[in-house]
Amino acid sequence: MDPTRLTIHEALAALRGGTLTASALVEAYLARVAALNDSLGAYLTVVGDAARAQAGLVDERLRRGEPPRLLEGIPLAIKDVLCARGIRTTCGSRILEPFVPPYDATAVARLVGVGAVLLGKTNLDEFAMGSSTENSGFRPTRNPWHLGRVPGGSSGGSAAAVAADLAAGALGTDTGGSVRQPAALCGVVGLRPTYGRVSRYGLVAFASSLDQIGPLAKDVRDAARLLEAIAGHDPMDATSADVPVPDYQGAVDAGVGGLTLGIPDEYFIPGLDREVEAAVRTAIGVLERLGARVRRVSLPHTDYGVAAYYILAPAEASSNLARYDGVKYGLRGAGAKDLVTMTGRSRAEGFGPEVKRRIMLGTYALSAGYYEAYYGRAQRVRTLIRRDFDRAFGEVDVIVSPTAPTPAFRLGEKTGEPLAMYLNDIFTIPAPLAGVPALSVPCGFSTSGLPIALQLTGRPFDEATLFRVAGAYEAEADWRARRPMLEAVP
Amino acid sequence: MSGADFEVVIGLEVHAQLLTRSKMFCGCSTTFGAAPNAQTCPVCQGMPGVLPVINRRAVEFAIRAARALHCRVNSQCRFARKHYFYPDMPKNYQISQYEEPLAEDGWLEVAGDEGLRRVGIQRLHLEEDVGKLVHQGGVFETAPASLVDFNRSGIPLMEIVSRPDLRSPVDAAEYLRVLRAILRYLGVCDGNMEEGSLRCDANISLRPRGASQLGTKVEIKNMNSFRHVRAALEHEVARQARALARGVGVVQETRLWNPDRGETLPMRSKEFAHDYRYFPEPDLPSLRPDPAWVGEIERSLPELPQARRDRFVEQYALSSYDADLLTADRALADYYEDAVRLHSNPKALANWILSELLRELRGDPAAVSASPVRPAHLARLVALVDDGTISGKMAKDVFERMARTGEDPDALVRREGLRQVADEAVLVRLVDEVLAANAVAVADYHKGKKQSLAYLVGQVMKASQGKASPQVVNRLLVERLGPR
Amino acid sequence: MTEPKITLAEVEHVARLARLLLSAEEKERMRSQLDAILGYIEKLREVDVEGVEPTTHAVALVNVMREDEVRPSYPAEAMLANAPDPHGDCFRVPKILEE
Repeated sequence: MDPTRLTIHEALAALRGGTLTASALVEAYLARVAALNDSLGAYLTVVGDAARAQAGLVDERLRRGEPPRLLEGIPLAIKDVLCARGIRTTCGSRILEPFVPPYDATAVARLVGVGAVLLGKTNLDEFAMGSSTENSGFRPTRNPWHLGRVPGGSSGGSAAAVAADLAAGALGTDTGGSVRQPAALCGVVGLRPTYGRVSRYGLVAFASSLDQIGPLAKDVRDAARLLEAIAGHDPMDATSADVPVPDYQGAVDAGVGGLTLGIPDEYFIPGLDREVEAAVRTAIGVLERLGARVRRVSLPHTDYGVAAYYILAPAEASSNLARYDGVKYGLRGAGAKDLVTMTGRSRAEGFGPEVKRRIMLGTYALSAGYYEAYYGRAQRVRTLIRRDFDRAFGEVDVIVSPTAPTPAFRLGEKTGEPLAMYLNDIFTIPAPLAGVPALSVPCGFSTSGLPIALQLTGRPFDEATLFRVAGAYEAEADWRARRPMLEAVP
Repeated sequence: MSGADFEVVIGLEVHAQLLTRSKMFCGCSTTFGAAPNAQTCPVCQGMPGVLPVINRRAVEFAIRAARALHCRVNSQCRFARKHYFYPDMPKNYQISQYEEPLAEDGWLEVAGDEGLRRVGIQRLHLEEDVGKLVHQGGVFETAPASLVDFNRSGIPLMEIVSRPDLRSPVDAAEYLRVLRAILRYLGVCDGNMEEGSLRCDANISLRPRGASQLGTKVEIKNMNSFRHVRAALEHEVARQARALARGVGVVQETRLWNPDRGETLPMRSKEFAHDYRYFPEPDLPSLRPDPAWVGEIERSLPELPQARRDRFVEQYALSSYDADLLTADRALADYYEDAVRLHSNPKALANWILSELLRELRGDPAAVSASPVRPAHLARLVALVDDGTISGKMAKDVFERMARTGEDPDALVRREGLRQVADEAVLVRLVDEVLAANAVAVADYHKGKKQSLAYLVGQVMKASQGKASPQVVNRLLVERLGPR
Repeated sequence: MTEPKITLAEVEHVARLARLLLSAEEKERMRSQLDAILGYIEKLREVDVEGVEPTTHAVALVNVMREDEVRPSYPAEAMLANAPDPHGDCFRVPKILEE
């Protein structure tokens, strides 16, 4: 059997059992990447030689009988907004096209520290701003289930890579839904951890109070393992929580007994695709049959989430992206005789239209006279959204909803109207505003064969309960049997 | 308005580099003089993906200063981002504090014509320093390019803003002097204006005497020493007074002091009339200094200049004037007390330090730590005079040698054979020789001319190559001369 | 016809603050797009935020500090490796005019 079809835990078993070598596994993935990446556009950078060398070292360790570490020999893809030492890190932007960081993001270092093999850096919406990966400064990524459709965004490259078996698993980042929504559109598992669960050191900042790194994986168990590898306090990140990392993998089999699920009134609205709603409601029925209690909850400020987010995130982004000025790294606009022109030119040439739009919006929201009306107000609405969740979690353990309002849309379908694109994030935006974790797990397909997913939102630092519910559902529903038909790709 | 009709209103904004070992938000060293960009890391270079982490000692130093300046340490404070584009700013925002600073509402005392006066301190907060720009060709205006060194970027700065309570350039210079002394006493800043570890900007305006409204204020920058602060402000007072006298208003602007031209010139840039777009720093949780910690810091405050001065007057019976000079700098005050502890003649030691030693130091008390004359040596020197081993005049020569070589006085005296001759038998012989050779002076003495005695003493001193004990010579002469 | 939420002059001012050089066409397009977005964001006014504290940090942490210990710096070559115009051990930038 093609080893690229294996989940992480299956591959680990094979590696441990001696039926597979790390070198064979990495070769299989690299071959598949070589065959399919041109059409899918999942990767921006592939580090084949380095991966082979890493895999060789792993095989030596295993031959010597050394105990395998958490991800020993597992080939992974890293979203190109995370710094990896010595590997070009572009953030999907021309302004960082030549940038090679001399340091690793903590999450990347932790993966490598437990034996993972890095295959390369995946495509994304520029600086993680977008919901379709069409904002990449280089090329779009295509949905492996239908090449004319988007993989979602901003972690579209990572989601497509996992869905198409171009990596055993991947890291993405989630600010307004950028791990969960592409996971949903590509039929893989994606987790946004609690804010502070995973260190942000080395994650190129988009919106500092919302950004989190999260795993994309072939199944729930893999996602749990990846989270275990990267979670935990980091002294280099003052916003990382000093909370112990529990046994996430153990939670996957713990079942839903004793849990109460909440269905939020405000998420089942007109505009929600009928097939998405049907698949989600069916999935809720499955969970009920498995022993979960189900009841309604209300999150009254849901409707204001997108508006609050599209002030807060661009405001922080306009600040975080001020450093890209052609002085110390990245693209420098050519031919400028003075500094201001050079900076203006570097940023004009280096940034794409969506990034420019958000920088403008954010700068405006923070500017003199507008701060209280926009940024200040959005911060207060954020508090109200968090209180909605606090209250709901007094009544239920997990909130269940669709992840995305529709299955994958066509490339080019929403690029004309920024606002239309923003409204894709309506179900995924509330969790980052409230600082709570949320997981997306596949729960069906549309009649046109596009993936549909269920979103589970939990209490702060209670990812374990999310893994319980998702694990129980996945074992029962088994959507993994269905694979994208990529062999037919020209 | 004529000179007597207006009142000068000055507020000072001081930035003090803190003496922490590492930077404000990263572990890079703060030592001065490293090769360019050799003391940097991705954090203080503002590379993509990096995050700041607060240096606890910087906070401690700021709390120390806040309490020494009688400020209230706020129960909660936050960092904020201050945005503007400039190549010495790695992130194009500076992490500073805005709406919730570390401390507020303090004061310090400044001596003026009418005695001690309190000058209010509005706020004290922490921020990070920026990198250093060197303009190719040396001159900003004509440089085709500039070079950036980020070693300084990220060094902790404490910003102290006074209320506009200062009423003259002299006042302002005095405030700065007192503030600097306090910061040096606390050990939080070395206060070196020439090297840039202490920087001062001023806001200055004029208003009709008796008015309560403030006039249009002008910001003055680029004053790199106390002397410059005073000169710049004096120039500015005159400039504003002339403008007001002519009926021309004063423009609210930022002006740079140009020491070569002796005037302030407007900054061409509107860069500094910025919209800084402050918002709370999302990468740093707020600070709530534990009251127990603040209390501990307060209890460990060293004796401050004012208190030390008062104690010197009491304990060592010094004049206010001498005590002021000795306590102007902590290093000098420590030196003095080290010496007094070794030889208890506070008055003499004070005199030696304030005349001979300060002269050696070219008037800079802070340089005393580098002087070859150690407190123990000075103490011994005075002891040698006090016990008659050497004369006061001889001691001055010995001091000069000590200042050059750093040798201790006992060794010098022994080697050069400088011991005062007090052996009466030897001196009697010399006295008799001199009396015999100076009959006219002897006669003058008996006629009542007082100077003759001094002349005779001098002759004996000469004959003894300066080694005779003047007191003994004096006594012997008087004895030998007999009654007038 | 509703009042425009943002004028072309404001777009130009914001672009200057953000150091974004926009063409005339980009400015107009930006103006109309930002107008639409700001129009949508108006719905936040419907919310009663009286007495509600703003959220600055998603998770409540306080007093996160590090000890004052020196850690090795990165070598200058590593820091200059990505520089568009390195000059000796420094970053070179073109003439700094004051506007």
